[in-house]
Amino acid sequence: MSTAVENAPSVDSASRRPRVTAAKRRQYGAAYALVLPFFVIFLAMIIVPLFYSGYLSFFKKQLIGGVRFAGFTNYTRALTAPLFLSGVARMAVFLVLQVPFMLAMSLIFALALDSGMMRLARFSRLAIFIPYAVPGVVATLMWGYLYGPDFGPFAQITNALGFGPPPFFTSTGMLFSIMNMVNWAFIGYNMILIYAALRSIPGELYEAARVDGASEIRIAWSIKIPAIRPALLLTIIFSVIGTFQLFTEPKLMFNLAPNVIGTAWTPNLYAYNIAFVNQDANYAAALAFLLGIVIVIVSYIVQLSAQRKERRS
Amino acid sequence: MTEIAPSLDSTTHAAIEDTATVRPPARKRTSWLLTVLVLICVGYFLLPLWWLLVASTKSNADLFSSFGLWFANFNLIDNIQTVLTFQDGVFIRWAANSVIYAVVSAVGASFLATMAGYAFAKYKFPGGTALFAIILGAVMVPVAALTVPTYLLFARAHLTDTYWAVILPALATPFGVFLMRVYAADAVDTALIEAGRVDGVGEIRIFFTIAFRLLLPGSVTVLLFTLVASWNNYFLPLIMLNSPEKFSLPVGLAQWASTATGGSGSQALFSTVITGSLLTIVPMVIAFIFLSRYWQSGLATGGVKA
Repeated sequence: MSTAVENAPSVDSASRRPRVTAAKRRQYGAAYALVLPFFVIFLAMIIVPLFYSGYLSFFKKQLIGGVRFAGFTNYTRALTAPLFLSGVARMAVFLVLQVPFMLAMSLIFALALDSGMMRLARFSRLAIFIPYAVPGVVATLMWGYLYGPDFGPFAQITNALGFGPPPFFTSTGMLFSIMNMVNWAFIGYNMILIYAALRSIPGELYEAARVDGASEIRIAWSIKIPAIRPALLLTIIFSVIGTFQLFTEPKLMFNLAPNVIGTAWTPNLYAYNIAFVNQDANYAAALAFLLGIVIVIVSYIVQLSAQRKERRS
Repeated sequence: MTEIAPSLDSTTHAAIEDTATVRPPARKRTSWLLTVLVLICVGYFLLPLWWLLVASTKSNADLFSSFGLWFANFNLIDNIQTVLTFQDGVFIRWAANSVIYAVVSAVGASFLATMAGYAFAKYKFPGGTALFAIILGAVMVPVAALTVPTYLLFARAHLTDTYWAVILPALATPFGVFLMRVYAADAVDTALIEAGRVDGVGEIRIFFTIAFRLLLPGSVTVLLFTLVASWNNYFLPLIMLNSPEKFSLPVGLAQWASTATGGSGSQALFSTVITGSLLTIVPMVIAFIFLSRYWQSGLATGGVKA
């Protein structure tokens, strides 16, 4: 991929070796100079906070005696905290229910658009994708009002029919209410990722099948989907990372249903409340670290199982 | 990540380079069933936006007394006036802040990523491979897990509640470097760099005068997705900022919304929050419609969630 520049200069022959090293040194210098600005920011904004977080997580602030080394107590505390564990479990439910549904819908829309059998395909593509332009805060406010018992249209309809307002804000209802918000926001985004991958499949790959009379569905299942496996894997991994970081939706829905959301509906909301309401930076750092580890492990498992499937087929 | 990397290459190229030339969907017989089914789903995606548009035209009283999905008395102008003048016009301030945060972050991040990606693609230098591996590994690090420790570090440096607190963390986009490396490998011909060297042009000048122009389409892609990510971000500015005059639109709107739901006597705020939400999304929605080709190619490059 990277055509190494140092292999290229055949102009400088062996007889002029000293000048080669001088030129090479200049090139090294240039490379470092070009990488340096990014690398400084990268160190300061990602690597240092990462290590600082790790460092903080091993200490504890005490009422008497100030900050003391605490070993793994913050971690054991997190791993035995029902609030944290229930948040992680809720995200696991998201992973099992919401992510597959979302990606299946994204895939279906992408295949429909790619099939060439649709009218208004461009309009549909844009309309499904447009929620990505809407900030999470606005999306949550809109859906929150839509769900709402006061002037939400759903409640207006069910009230007019003589039923009560729909149970959007009960503890089970909230799970699906928030899943719906995430679906609304990200189906189009994932659809575009998948659609771009479909577009880049060479047409010859399935023209033959089409000539042989294979149906569009058969072509999609046997040719297109296997061909875009890498893009699908990418959408899965981004969804895993995104799911465990859910914050905006529960944070804002707290206003509408404080008792249902509580302080730890998602692990990230819990870490936020520990850090800024309880002012316990050390425990929050341990939570952040654990959350990162969970994400890396789950993403790794996804990749491994994808690789294994690849080998089997 | 190693698994993703090679696969992204192919997607990236198809997406960035040939958005315009990629084979168009073959025109085949139209399936009306498929069209109708998809259009019903399109209705689902447009429903909240329709509701927002309708609700923005209503007075607070009409919100409660009229059906949500259809118009009542036209009150949009009044609502907009309220939004723009409420709390001494702080909304305009938030909008300006949002523009500053998004533009500075996006321009900065894409410029840094372009330089670094070019260097990784076109120079072989000691430590380069290892550095790139570290940067690639960091793509997986969840931003949310970093925000709290970053806040604590910024607090020590007295950087919290400043514009920098929102901009600096957004400048580090490992994914952007990855994309630019993939892009630069093909977009800049090594022979061109060689020609520059033979003419005695310095390495850095080669980057700025020859390579940069060729890298521009890739940079724009990185610029666009960091722009959206930053414009939509809530978590980072929420944590970093205290003074309302430094808020971004999402943080400010969320604050108005919690006042609207929370307090008694503040119910009149609902129509203000709703109209404010509409004003917040209008610029980006228009940009999406007109730049849809660029957005889509940008995201196809493997875009990043905020």
